[in-house]
Amino acid sequence: MSGGSFYQRDRTWHPPAFTPGYKTSVTRSPQKALIALDNTLSEMTGPVFGHDMIGELDNDLIRNFAKDGEPIGQRIIVHGRVLDEDGRGVPGALVEFWQANGGGRYRHKKETYLAPLDPNFGGCGRTITADDGSYRFRTIKPGPYPWPNGVNDWRPAHIHFSIFGLGFAQRLITQMYFEGDPLIWQCPIVATIPDRAAVERLVAPLDMANTVPMDARAYKFDIVLRGRRSTMFENRMEGN
Amino acid sequence: MVQSLDRLKESASQTAGPYVHIGCTPNYCGIEGVYAEDLGKHMVDADTKGERIRIVGRVFDGVGTPLKDALVEIWQADADGLYPSPGETRGKADPNFSGFGRSPGDMATGEFVFETIKPGKVPFKDGRLQAPHVTLWIVARGINIGLHTRMYFGDEAAANEADPILSRIEHRSRVPTLIAARSEENGVPTYRHDISLQGENETIFFDI
Ligand SMILES: [Fe+3]
Repeated sequence: MSGGSFYQRDRTWHPPAFTPGYKTSVTRSPQKALIALDNTLSEMTGPVFGHDMIGELDNDLIRNFAKDGEPIGQRIIVHGRVLDEDGRGVPGALVEFWQANGGGRYRHKKETYLAPLDPNFGGCGRTITADDGSYRFRTIKPGPYPWPNGVNDWRPAHIHFSIFGLGFAQRLITQMYFEGDPLIWQCPIVATIPDRAAVERLVAPLDMANTVPMDARAYKFDIVLRGRRSTMFENRMEGN
Repeated sequence: MVQSLDRLKESASQTAGPYVHIGCTPNYCGIEGVYAEDLGKHMVDADTKGERIRIVGRVFDGVGTPLKDALVEIWQADADGLYPSPGETRGKADPNFSGFGRSPGDMATGEFVFETIKPGKVPFKDGRLQAPHVTLWIVARGINIGLHTRMYFGDEAAANEADPILSRIEHRSRVPTLIAARSEENGVPTYRHDISLQGENETIFFDI
């Protein structure tokens, strides 16, 4: 699908760059104003990834790294749709996700949390959305973990998401939280988002209608990417 | 009351965090056997048209320390200025070119590297040609929303001069932050493009 330029990003809805409560942002936040760049082809186009790129177990974190058994923890299914701001499903979107294991430990050289690695859990997966924008994957519910910011800051349980829509301007990385987790409202990274309503949209509800009985519970997480103008009347403002 | 526009809000961004490589380049950070190869590692093959180049650089924080946990993605046109994307309606791009690259900074030095080709010119909205450029997107721990910027080529002075975006930037002293110098490194034309998140030479970032 082609289309016109993307709707302007609402920068008051997203976290600002400089958020001193999240200390690392202090030296990593641009201080000058962003320069507005009305989308050209360079921003309206983007890479597409075919379903043939995706391996059979890519969306199954319970099995894609398993060595001699299954990972320890609560078995869950995460599912939802990738939509645009007009509510249309975005087909063919690449969704990548990564997370800590059931004890809150990441499989990464620089990770120092004392909770143990799970030999059967890698913590990464990916999938491509169907024609209606839907996606799903199976995993273990990640544990919360402490992190060096304040002396006693803990991340709520979360799954990181990276999404490619149809244009590079839609590129987005965000995090999914779990309904009912009290740590959400104490987290300095969550608190970088100014509007509580925007945070609530990142909290996935428990979805008992989509559980697999005697196997796994489900959480539903819809993701909204920027919408775009129709191509009609484009490129006619000056010359051309 | 008027009718509702009834639009959804974009999902709010959250930082990619310190472990973005687990999800985006797992082989690079030691999680092997899940994906055959990290996404965006190879942009070209033996049959790709155009001049082979390397783009290398580092991302610096406000203290002048290179980030070692960033992820840099690039998106660019092929040698004829066509994007390998369904949104490209002017023609068919080189089937041997992906246009998309993804690089984790080297764990020791923070240096990102792309082996690619020099892109052709892509038209601006009004039909004028833009100077050859690469679009970059940078995420890392401490970056709350991915940063979009561009890299232009230092050996394209005339095209850069006429570029509709570069020529519109009011603070002329900042324009060089978008232009990479060309040199030969190990026999390969190399464009060195460091990015500064803050400070005197803060790179221009775009609200696209
Ligand atoms: Fe995390």
